Amino acid sequence: MLRFAVRRIVLLVPVIVGLSLLIFAIARLLPGDPVTLAAGPNATQAEIADLAREFGLDQPLPVQYWHYATGLVTGDWGQSIFTRRPVLEDLKAYLPATLELVVVAMVLAIVIGIPAGLLAAVYRDRWPDYVSRVVSLGAISMPRFFLGLLLQLGLAMWLGWLPLGGRFPLTEDPPPFVTGFLTIDSLWAGDPHAFGVALAYLALPAFATCLSPLATITRMMRATTLEVLQQDYVLTERALGLSQRLIIFKYVLKNAMSSTLTVIGLYFGWLLGGTVLVETVFDWPGIGLYATKAIVTQDFMPVMGVTLTIGVLFVAVNLVVDLLYGLLNPKVRYE
Amino acid sequence: MAFLDIRDLHLAMRTFEGEAHVLNGINLSVERGEIWGLVGETGCGKSLTGLSISRLVPSPPGRYLRGEIRFAGQDLLATPEDGMRRLRGGHIGMIFQDPTTNLNPAFRIGEQMVDVALHADAVDPAILGLAPGASRRQRRVEARRLAIAMLDKVGVPDAARRIDDYPHQFSGGMRQRVLIAMALIGKPELLIADEPTTALDVSVQAQILRLIHSLVLEYQLAVLLITHNLGVVAQLCTHVAVMYAGNIIESGPVRPVFRNPTHPYTRALMKAVPHATHRRGELQGLPGSVPNLFTPPPGCRLAPRCPVAQPRCAERVPPTIAVSPGHDVACVLATPAGSAAA
Repeated sequence: MLRFAVRRIVLLVPVIVGLSLLIFAIARLLPGDPVTLAAGPNATQAEIADLAREFGLDQPLPVQYWHYATGLVTGDWGQSIFTRRPVLEDLKAYLPATLELVVVAMVLAIVIGIPAGLLAAVYRDRWPDYVSRVVSLGAISMPRFFLGLLLQLGLAMWLGWLPLGGRFPLTEDPPPFVTGFLTIDSLWAGDPHAFGVALAYLALPAFATCLSPLATITRMMRATTLEVLQQDYVLTERALGLSQRLIIFKYVLKNAMSSTLTVIGLYFGWLLGGTVLVETVFDWPGIGLYATKAIVTQDFMPVMGVTLTIGVLFVAVNLVVDLLYGLLNPKVRYE
Repeated sequence: MAFLDIRDLHLAMRTFEGEAHVLNGINLSVERGEIWGLVGETGCGKSLTGLSISRLVPSPPGRYLRGEIRFAGQDLLATPEDGMRRLRGGHIGMIFQDPTTNLNPAFRIGEQMVDVALHADAVDPAILGLAPGASRRQRRVEARRLAIAMLDKVGVPDAARRIDDYPHQFSGGMRQRVLIAMALIGKPELLIADEPTTALDVSVQAQILRLIHSLVLEYQLAVLLITHNLGVVAQLCTHVAVMYAGNIIESGPVRPVFRNPTHPYTRALMKAVPHATHRRGELQGLPGSVPNLFTPPPGCRLAPRCPVAQPRCAERVPPTIAVSPGHDVACVLATPAGSAAA
């Protein structure tokens, strides 16, 4: 299993090279000239040429790619044409925000969705099943940005229980940077007040983000559990007197988890790049928002940095999922 | 009263097409040390009879209309689910047909066996024989030791190591041995084996049957062996009950029943058994097919396809007649023991 993990990590290298090549090519092939855009409408031809030289955009494409690729390795991911800030610095600031949002949303979805699906299957066609089916159908049908607006209207505007948007009040100092997750950093700093504030800001966007994976996980879990409950070994376990609780939460759960794990992995990767709408509605300073701004202004370097980061994370999540399969299903061999 | 006593058991199953009357007055008495073979064609209610004893027929759709099942004097149909759970594993053990699907594939076999042993021990502390204050950890250790001993007893080689293997690492025959060990780890008095060898190779079948036979002698088990195979019954069982469409139509000690099959269905069943000496084309079946259980024929359920049926057969259910001591037949043509032969 260790050898499998190491080999998969080594295989990440060609994936990253391929991904960077692809992104680089797409960025250069897109119509429009970012240099002209950045220089402004009144810039002279000479000024535009200067700017292009400054960013190395006057050189042949292979040379440009070589510079880019060596930069990736040495920690220079280029800089934004507009803000002139290094991309890596920006990612360090924005990525943890998105990761925190996605991780909290996925944890919520898993912690609620798996028991909900399990119980819905066990109590098939009785009230727990009806509740879970109606809720998950509603959750999957509701567009996230619209739900976000409703939540803001109800819980933030009318009731005033939770902040409207943002990640941390501007008037307060955020906890010192350790992981970039404000909830963890505030606990690390031993500051329960900051933890509470961070949690309050996180609540609505995390809720809006978690609903769609929650619904999918619940439905997937319900379907696979129903299938597992029909298996002969469940009858044997009942016939030999094991309690319903032991059978469901130990013997059935582990068998039903495999297919749900696939969905969890896919959702995790998908959410990393798919939080743009929620980030926009809640003014959450994550990479979704950052990437959108960069795309609109044709700012290559940030777009490439974000895409590469999400790509690598996606592959990493899938590696973790593949390794978890082995824990759930002893027939999986890593060779 | 017998150790296991089933009296006039009627079970109906609700389906989309209506309510099927699947068990139609089952009578069966099994003592410890007896091995009863329950035979009959697919769908006649053999398995449902076995599942009824453990109360594993889901309800709904199943519904007991009448009758009783007494196990060591206890009325099982009146026992709540919690009480039934205390009987399962520790007093009633079960083995099913397909060993490849009856072991949970995601767990080591020891894990499942230990849980069954712990359950049986919670009902009867003599299973592990530990003091009442023993810790959970001590119980698990002892349960594992017992599981290894059971695997050893059923002939799993190198049990101490193989207890940590997963089901897919065993052959079919070995898996059935594991399932037998699991069914017997709680020291049950009654073993219900539902076609335990049907899914196995013939040579392995013989090994498993020999194993069951030796375990019955050792533990003085009462056994209900559900099977299609009359040869198995002849070799292994002390008693046999023949079922047709929800009824036991003939039952008794194996020798008299097999030497002198009296019910027309039993005779037809015997004729349908292939023999090595018969030439091709000599097997005989019974014309017609199993009756529809939604609207079963009135009277004897075999009457529509019975070669010796008479008008009165369709009128009422034939009474059960003892043609010799212990040999009961439910047919109007049977003559009671002691009266002159017809």
